[in-house]
Amino acid sequence: MDSLVAQYTRPAEQQEGYFDEDQLELSQGSPQLSLKFALPPVANSSAWLRAMTDDYSNPNCPIKIAHGTTTLAFRFKGGIIVATDSRATAGNWIASQTVKKVIEINSCLLGTMAGGAADCQYWLAYLGMQCRLHELRHKRRISVAAASKILANLVYNYKGMGLSMGTMCAGVTPQEGPALYYIDSDGTRLAGNLFCVGSGQTFAYGVLDAEYSYDLSDEDALELGKRSILAATHRDAFSGGFINLYHVKEDGWVKHGFNDTNPIFWKTKLEKGEFSNVTSELV
Amino acid sequence: MEVLLGLTGKDFTLVASSKAAMRGVTILKATDDKTRELNKYNLMAFSGEAGDTVQFAEYVQANVQLYSMRNNSELGPAAVASFVRGELAKALRSRSPYTVNLLLGGFDPITQKPTLYWCDYLASLAQLPYAAHGYAQYYCLSTLDKHHHPDIDLEKGLKILRMCSDELKRRLPIDFKGLAVKIITKDGIREEDWVDDKQVLPA
Repeated sequence: MDSLVAQYTRPAEQQEGYFDEDQLELSQGSPQLSLKFALPPVANSSAWLRAMTDDYSNPNCPIKIAHGTTTLAFRFKGGIIVATDSRATAGNWIASQTVKKVIEINSCLLGTMAGGAADCQYWLAYLGMQCRLHELRHKRRISVAAASKILANLVYNYKGMGLSMGTMCAGVTPQEGPALYYIDSDGTRLAGNLFCVGSGQTFAYGVLDAEYSYDLSDEDALELGKRSILAATHRDAFSGGFINLYHVKEDGWVKHGFNDTNPIFWKTKLEKGEFSNVTSELV
Repeated sequence: MEVLLGLTGKDFTLVASSKAAMRGVTILKATDDKTRELNKYNLMAFSGEAGDTVQFAEYVQANVQLYSMRNNSELGPAAVASFVRGELAKALRSRSPYTVNLLLGGFDPITQKPTLYWCDYLASLAQLPYAAHGYAQYYCLSTLDKHHHPDIDLEKGLKILRMCSDELKRRLPIDFKGLAVKIITKDGIREEDWVDDKQVLPA
């Protein structure tokens, strides 16, 4: 019993600061938490993963990864708008219409999901954990630049091993103001004013680019974000479901609903006369 | 990365095509015209397999003109579209199909209505208020979905086309050397003087 107690207790003064091994882990580049994965017993795991999951080259592949999305985020004078659809597809199958693709990392930081659903969910949850740990260690919230870099370095460590994700980190901090970063599983990390990610990105860009301006009002910016996702859900088979809308302001993000696209589409068509190629009468 | 765009309005049809002629990694020509006039009120824009495109377009052009000489009457837009689709469908089931995507812009002198037909290399034909081929579909259809209305005037039509052109210049990774724009109205076909010297960059 004494040996057990000795093994699991430490003197009080040692709890302060970091332990040697923690210091060592922190100074090393590679991440240190929950990253012990069982690998398949094959020589080249990334090639094996591709063979098992590549729907394009092998339609009979045994694992269909959930893919296909439209997400967007843009910076403007009132903060940042973040909007996503909510459809998850696995091959040609709609796996879910109610996915939450905006991940609330903390009260001032948002992440978006595009690409492999599991990869995004897992690593953004992991990022959330790292951000909380940063907060506890340093007694202040992490900057968006640092948070996005944790994720970028993390995915870069796994480069070539089949991770599939395209995410955006949006947040407001006192030192940076509103900041927006794009991170993908190739290891790309870009700061910018406007990004659309996913299979429906081009359709969202089409609407967003045409009317985007940094000086948009809050209402116009929210409407433009919503309309851009609607455009993508209309034209892209792999996007749809609900529109998830967020506004990141100086004192944190505000959620502006999780709304079904179908009534929004018909309202837009019938009241504004848009989508004139779609007939509303029975022929 | 060939661009074909078309849209109709109250009393006109606009057809735009990219001016770059590309082979592999090279732009061979920056003033290419990917359209042929079939008759006074019908214009065909084409993209696809090199060689097939112009061969097919000029074959169709010759036969549409031959028909009007033999029968002393011009083919209307619907007739032209049906004929073109028929020829493409016939070729598709032969040993040497034409790999050609088409937009048929027209103006019907009888009903006084503008028309636009979209036809792909598999010979599926659709009459649409606005249409695109290639990567332009991905970037421009959402813009057109939002801004197009059936009763727009030419000025508004050109404004919408400018939005599409700007979006392509902003987001397409390869320079398509701008658009050649043709307008079809009750007075026939004319080329628009499309000024395109402004650089457009992503936000």
